[in-house]
Amino acid sequence: MSNISSTFNRLRKNSEGALIAYVTGGDPSPKYTPKIVKALVEGGVDIVEIGIPFSDPIADGPVIQASDVRALSAGTTPTMVLNIVRELKKTIETPIVLLTYYNIIFRKGVGRFLEEASKSSVDGIIVADLPVEEASEYKEYAEEKGIDTIFLAAPSTSSERLEKIVNMDSGFLYLISVFGVTGMRDHVAQLTIQTLKRIRQYTVNRIPLAVGFGISKPDHVRTIISYGAEGAIVGSAFVKIIEENQNDLPILLDRLTKYAREMKEATKLIS
Amino acid sequence: MNRITYEYPKDGKYGRYGGKFAPETLMPALEELEKAYLRFKDDPEFKKKLKYYLEKFAGRPTPLYYAANLTGKLGGPKIYLKREDLAHGGAHKINNTIGQALLAKKMGKTRIIAETGAGQHGVATAMACAALGLKAEIYMGAEDMKRQRLNVFRMRLLGAEVHPVESGSKTLKDAINEALRDWVTNVQTTYYLIGSVVGPHPYPMIVRDFQSVIGFEAKEQILAQESRLPDAVVACIGGGSNAIGIFYPFLEDKDVELYGIEAAGEGLHTGRHAASLCAGSEGVFHGMLSYVLQDENGQILTTHSISAGLDYPGVGPEHSFLKSIGRVKYDAVTDEEALEAFLQLSKVEGIIPALEPCHALAYAKKLAEKMGRDEILLVNLSGRGDKDVEVVANRLGVKI
Repeated sequence: MSNISSTFNRLRKNSEGALIAYVTGGDPSPKYTPKIVKALVEGGVDIVEIGIPFSDPIADGPVIQASDVRALSAGTTPTMVLNIVRELKKTIETPIVLLTYYNIIFRKGVGRFLEEASKSSVDGIIVADLPVEEASEYKEYAEEKGIDTIFLAAPSTSSERLEKIVNMDSGFLYLISVFGVTGMRDHVAQLTIQTLKRIRQYTVNRIPLAVGFGISKPDHVRTIISYGAEGAIVGSAFVKIIEENQNDLPILLDRLTKYAREMKEATKLIS
Repeated sequence: MNRITYEYPKDGKYGRYGGKFAPETLMPALEELEKAYLRFKDDPEFKKKLKYYLEKFAGRPTPLYYAANLTGKLGGPKIYLKREDLAHGGAHKINNTIGQALLAKKMGKTRIIAETGAGQHGVATAMACAALGLKAEIYMGAEDMKRQRLNVFRMRLLGAEVHPVESGSKTLKDAINEALRDWVTNVQTTYYLIGSVVGPHPYPMIVRDFQSVIGFEAKEQILAQESRLPDAVVACIGGGSNAIGIFYPFLEDKDVELYGIEAAGEGLHTGRHAASLCAGSEGVFHGMLSYVLQDENGQILTTHSISAGLDYPGVGPEHSFLKSIGRVKYDAVTDEEALEAFLQLSKVEGIIPALEPCHALAYAKKLAEKMGRDEILLVNLSGRGDKDVEVVANRLGVKI
């Protein structure tokens, strides 16, 4: 069983949802990333997503776009992010998932990228612009290397597509909660709850379902967990903390840990 | 050369190129678009409407002009110009925007978004939308808005809203990123009217089909005027829509040589250019697998060309395929060479060409040296140069 699956199993037994935190690798500089990840883990984050920055992140809103710019300006490369993960995995057991765009993988060569990811003990990969139709080669290599392939579902995804997606998916399914790009939002939309209910019918007892895009408050986490999500993915809110405190590392790390702790508390709702 | 049938794309692929590398949210919309397009493209009523607007609104067919003066000057093959500069709006872009706007209407979409680089596609979108009663919103890089102020004003006159894009290099690629982000957000009500043969399937196919009117007309016209096919066809390439438009009907005529000319900017060796096919590598960008300009880590590079319409780091996947099978020869000419062609055509033929097709004209000049007087060379004059006079004046150090 993969590290991600056993994490969900453990949490399920404790009646908890997973808190999944996203940060962009190399933001604001590659040397910060290991410290940032450790601060998140200390705050109780169950799974860490590390983004490999891309020059043209079409699925991302302004906050994560800005983090890509900071990371790239600091000279971050895909190899650096893979090395950071390898070092981190020597000291933490928390599953680490890479999130990126397909050209980053394609440019290195799909086989070589997964080989290197495997050597870095990467637990799973999410590719924002790789739908199941284009994923057969990638899936094959990932399976061979024992890396989970986390696909996405959206409010527009039909039941037919969902069946295909769930079949190719492993680790957890990433549910995009709204029509739009990543970014913080005030409320959990009615559409999110409807979509969650609909999609959960296909995932229940098959694969954990985690909800992302717009989740930024403890209340949001409680709402989606109460409607059956097994994980809450929080990205822009963490990245915003990095942006606002990039010049003061101790305060930055402290705020990340505190915010993570607050959000983690909200996942412990399952009765 | 092996016998090739051009009955592609198959599963959205041109050989190994193309595909649908899009966020999941857009996948159902791309499927819906493909279904709608396949349903309407042969529908007699749709075809009748398209024909009506192309003739009465866009001014088609555009003439095929024998450039006698240029021919005499170069002393080589007979040079013919396909006069897309005479289409409504001053470029070939209207062929595609009319087609897609009609399709959007059939699909019940009322809000149209588009990206634009030089502003030609934005203007053509605004024109088609005004004519068909649709609301148009155009994304344009803030840098391009400065370079092409006139087109920004034209779009606004035509009732379109223009959104400045401040991210990245603030040019065409960033305008496409922002249009895609808008589409992800408003996909239920909005039609994304893409301006070139790029993006995820089915866009490269749809845009090619609407632009192939250029080649079908040219073929008929050259047969009527010369009773034979041309020996060579030359077109410029940014995303590649005017080139595919004129090449497509000639692909199976293996005696017709096809040349696609990219922007070499300040020279391919300087790194300041926009020649994806000549100097790029395979990558996945804006929803397609194709040639792109990228660094060794897969980050997309910023480009340079004197002509904003060619200033794009990717290229349509069908061109990548045609390169891979050797059917089309791709080359590039510099800003300087394009500028010379601009000045020459204006003076010799009384036609001010857009800087984009000046790349094709500059290459035609080189090609003419190797061709005989009994041969025929066809150049796609994809747009007129009124929009470029300020850029050219600045470049020449002339105050206007």
